[in-house]
Amino acid sequence: MEEFIRLQDVVYEYHAYAEEEHEEETVRALSHISAEIREGSFVVVLGHNGSGKSTLAKQVNALLLPTEGYVYVCGANTRETPEEDLWKIRKNAGMVFQNPDNQIIGNVVEEDVAFGPENIGIPEEELARRVTRALEKVGMEAYRMHSPNRLSGGQKQRIAIAGMLALKPKCILMDEPTAMLDPMGRKEVLETVHELNRKEGITIVLITHYMEEAVDADRVIVMDRGQIVMDGTPKEVFSRMEELRAIRMSVPEVTELAYELRKEGLDLPEGILSIEELTEALCSLN
Amino acid sequence: MRYTTLGQYYDADSVIHRLDPRVKLVFTIVYIVSLYLGNSPFCYIFAGLFLAVVIRLSKVPVRYMLRGLKAVIFLLLFTAFFNIFLSQGDVVFQWGFITITRQGIETAVRMAVRLVLLIMGSSLMTLTTTPNDLTDGLEKGLGFLKVFHVPVHEIGMMMSIALRFIPILVEEAGRIMMAQKARGADFDSGGLIKKAKAMIPLLIPLFVAAFRRANDLAQAMEARCYHGGNGRTKLHPLKYRRLDFIAYGVLLLYLALMIVLKIVTKS
Repeated sequence: MEEFIRLQDVVYEYHAYAEEEHEEETVRALSHISAEIREGSFVVVLGHNGSGKSTLAKQVNALLLPTEGYVYVCGANTRETPEEDLWKIRKNAGMVFQNPDNQIIGNVVEEDVAFGPENIGIPEEELARRVTRALEKVGMEAYRMHSPNRLSGGQKQRIAIAGMLALKPKCILMDEPTAMLDPMGRKEVLETVHELNRKEGITIVLITHYMEEAVDADRVIVMDRGQIVMDGTPKEVFSRMEELRAIRMSVPEVTELAYELRKEGLDLPEGILSIEELTEALCSLN
Repeated sequence: MRYTTLGQYYDADSVIHRLDPRVKLVFTIVYIVSLYLGNSPFCYIFAGLFLAVVIRLSKVPVRYMLRGLKAVIFLLLFTAFFNIFLSQGDVVFQWGFITITRQGIETAVRMAVRLVLLIMGSSLMTLTTTPNDLTDGLEKGLGFLKVFHVPVHEIGMMMSIALRFIPILVEEAGRIMMAQKARGADFDSGGLIKKAKAMIPLLIPLFVAAFRRANDLAQAMEARCYHGGNGRTKLHPLKYRRLDFIAYGVLLLYLALMIVLKIVTKS
């Protein structure tokens, strides 16, 4: 598998104005990040607010350009691409945002899904086909002619995903897509995303602060203060309980329970991620 | 769900509803111009009959049409009043300092009829065209203005985004209002000035939120490869069909008849 996204020593700084002193202050949101993401993988990026995880996604999508270092998406360097061609990068790496209301542009569902492909100049017949396919993939074809205002949060987010799919991206970046949803909506969206990864082979980069969403990923990246502090499979990352606690990150409840039991002297393996796993491990103790 | 349909669109399946929005725009403009073209009662009778036929075809109930008039009834009475009492000419009635002239009555009636037809004609367009279609029609119909560097696409895009966000902002305003009420704000009592002042704590958070939304939306649009109107395609591009050409034909015929009537009845 080839490297699809490559970040090379990326630094991103922005200027902030302190409210009272009128002084300019440089904030470093990303400091020397290097990472590669392979095509077809499911990567979860975890971190607190202000850890730089959203900034990271916007770098890959070329909404932000690195202050130092380089970002390559499908071989294209975002910093060296002229601004009028940046949309070609965005076509490969789509992005779904947190607030479902603020990313729906159309007044009718099908219009919204068509917005992306309209922008890249897809001809009419192909457009209609793409809209149908995209809506089918997220299971929203019944709502094609509805107004987005009447949909639930989870449904709106699925429309937003369909809007990305219609662009046929190789990768979808999701910036806390479930943060504003109820548990039902969250489940809906996550199931859709996992299915896209499995069936369509679309690379997924899911940014979240829900630990549970990281359990099924291929790879988990933990960020803190603009740096990558951990990078590995969910099992590897969640085994490092103490380190996670040091940066005020929690782990899934089951993992925490297993960890506490281990500390009390039970002979359990490290990095238990699901209830089934724990049950099995406990039963095999005798 | 009070705000789900915007404007005053009346949903029905009629010939008029199916017309291309550009046709309806041209129709409305030409109709308004024609009202100022003709001057004799025959012209108005003809224009009125024509409108009646179109209304009939549109399947929009007459009471919807009249509802549009309610808003301008004051303007109607106001102009009529001044026309009746302040015109010079042959006196038909005099009492004290009040004089009513024949010319005055004539102008008043003419103005009133014109205004009524004008309002009904233009509200028929908004009643039979969805706001989305209207925006599309404006964007495409005014496309020729691009030659003069008028950002037609951008204006169209802004209009459709505004339409999309009106219900969201209304909902948000309701939410902020409740939050303020919960903390003791009073929006309902007091005079006009006091009520207006009470709106300030509502408007400021609403504006701040709107700016934040605009920023988010701009990013979402860029993330979906938006880069201006050049090279864009449309899911449902506006296309003239047979019906639209027939409508243009009818319009030309109407205009021709109006001019003939004007010339004939003048002498």
